[in-house]
Amino acid sequence: MKADNIHHPDAARAFLTDRARASWHDQAIWFVRQKRDVQAKQLPEWEELRKLAEQIKAHTLSKLDDYLIQFEENARRNGVTVHFAADAAEHNRIVHQLLAARQVKKLVKSKSMLTEECGLNPYLEERGIEVIDTDLGERIVQLRHEPPSHIVMPAIHLKKEQISELFHEELGTEAGNNDPTYLTHAARANLRQHFLSADAGLTGVNFAIAETGGVVVCTNEGNADLGTALPPLHIASMGIEKIIPKLEHLGVFTRLLARSAIGSPVTTYTSHFHRARPGGEMHIVIVDNGRSDILGNPDFYASLRCIRCGACMNTCPVYRRSSGHSYSYVIPGPIGSTLGPSRDIKKHGSMAFACTTCGSCSNVCPVKINLHEQLILQRKRAFDAGTLKPAKKMGLLAMRFLTQHPALMDAGGKAMRKVVPILPAFVKDGTAWSRPGRDLPEMPEHSFKELYRRRQEDKQ
Amino acid sequence: MKVGLFIPCFVNELYPHVAMATLELLEGYGVDVAYPMEQSCCGQPLANNGDSSGACDAALRFTGVFKDFDYVVAPSGSCVSHVTHHYPWYIADNADFQRLQPRVFEIVEFLQDVLKVDKLPKPVHFPHKVSIHQSCHGLRELHHASPSELMIPYQSRLERILQLVDGIEIGQPERRDECCGFGGTFSVDEADVSVAMGRDRVAQHEATGAEYIVGADPSCLMHMGGIIRHNGRAIRPLHVVEILTGRGGAA
Repeated sequence: MKADNIHHPDAARAFLTDRARASWHDQAIWFVRQKRDVQAKQLPEWEELRKLAEQIKAHTLSKLDDYLIQFEENARRNGVTVHFAADAAEHNRIVHQLLAARQVKKLVKSKSMLTEECGLNPYLEERGIEVIDTDLGERIVQLRHEPPSHIVMPAIHLKKEQISELFHEELGTEAGNNDPTYLTHAARANLRQHFLSADAGLTGVNFAIAETGGVVVCTNEGNADLGTALPPLHIASMGIEKIIPKLEHLGVFTRLLARSAIGSPVTTYTSHFHRARPGGEMHIVIVDNGRSDILGNPDFYASLRCIRCGACMNTCPVYRRSSGHSYSYVIPGPIGSTLGPSRDIKKHGSMAFACTTCGSCSNVCPVKINLHEQLILQRKRAFDAGTLKPAKKMGLLAMRFLTQHPALMDAGGKAMRKVVPILPAFVKDGTAWSRPGRDLPEMPEHSFKELYRRRQEDKQ
Repeated sequence: MKVGLFIPCFVNELYPHVAMATLELLEGYGVDVAYPMEQSCCGQPLANNGDSSGACDAALRFTGVFKDFDYVVAPSGSCVSHVTHHYPWYIADNADFQRLQPRVFEIVEFLQDVLKVDKLPKPVHFPHKVSIHQSCHGLRELHHASPSELMIPYQSRLERILQLVDGIEIGQPERRDECCGFGGTFSVDEADVSVAMGRDRVAQHEATGAEYIVGADPSCLMHMGGIIRHNGRAIRPLHVVEILTGRGGAA
């Protein structure tokens, strides 16, 4: 779980104090963006696919209630038990009741941002159930007792040396052996024991198909398959927005998902779950947890099209230079910076401002969410909710006034041009503009307005 | 044709030579240009900080000042984009704005799409290498070039217009359109990230071997210029109109 009161500028500043490491983080993630570009370029129909994906999702959201009912009916027909949870607490309660009723001691989980959103792990652990995250990156951050820093690459903020140290302490690997293959094999051997001894498996859901009642889970490690094939109970947790109408629509999304996420043509595993395996049970928990509120908001409902590929994080120059842990909401980066503030503007307001509005996120998004515009619109809510610092609010009100009074704005500009050059260096260097290493602009003698006025007079 | 010159507030105070170059360039093509003295800020800083009431008033003011011109032209992609792409959030129903909106242009757009120029008013010889800085709002909202994220045919307005300059060598930085980190008030709200981004961007421009960073947005150039001066680097930011009027390199 994330700490309370993370303020993006402060957290980012701390992250950037180690410049070499921050630069490595930026380059490691930019590399994934480049891989995405290479894959996208190979599909001549890339932009058409994005458009199609946008339209399918937009259509589905416009009839979400119908499709949810259709999905539920078809899943039930397949023998799956479907539960609806209005919020995180109800989701956790349902999952716990299912586990407790079957005396489950150990749950293996494959990657699910929804359970992270709901805080499922600590909820179950407090009730005596051991939860093992089985996605390698998730397992690493779980062992470190920290939240994921990226929704697709949860441990991307860590270097292999740190993972080697962690595994040495937790899994008994050789000290100082940083070989990724060695470390991965050690994690795999350890996880295998957990898979074999688990009483239940929980997966997230990438796509839920209304027409068939089946759910699709995309992984690269096969952990969802092991986690559902070995224990007798499979619980799949999904947000209401995961629905797509028909199986024939799935290909549009699977073609976009892995290419956008990690620059691969497809995920290693695209697993379809339609019913429990013989002798087993399958349950699907469909969670709202604030999504209906977003759906009802004309400025933000498009954010529910998100397929959680993480491409917006990889392209975001602010994310790459501040890391996912600098964002207060469980989902960082551009998509998190609209979802978080939608949920709680007071708590996550700083995220909406952690953005230069460059718009790269909106362009990489495979479902064409207007992310950078949503962030600007979230700032309206932040302003209206009174979350801006008093000094900033005062500055804006002054700006508002000057904008309507050009003569005063000109006088202020002139004063600035005259005063700044004679300020002592320590004052100039201490401004918010200059403190991190950026000089103030040189101040010209005359404004354009002054020059233009003189030019017009000379003409006459 | 009567053109209203829109000079963004900070350009008026800090980059009067860019404003003057814009004016001279337009006049050089024989355009009748006037600069309405009662203009102020387009309101983007207010809008980007969530002050919709202030942003709305600024949009109405801008519309009132410029509504009677045939065209409005400015040397800043970001401010133009705020008017053409974001004013509708505040004053979409305003009839004056609806008439004005399609007639507001960034200077390079105006030269290429309205005047359709194929040569400069006065020949310019500029025997230097420049590295092109694609500013985000010009790039992704005004479509100044094809953004690297989109899989569409490549084009670049700045490259095309600079080809009218004699002797110039045009380069592109690695990560051809990554944001410089200015971002308006982001530059002070998130000063550390802003400067980190700017340092990287300057280094990428330097790595091309260029003597100048050329862009169409004075705000990005101001930000990178501050980082360049702070670190005593040799590369210099230049607005594209400074080169097109033959003033480049003099600054």
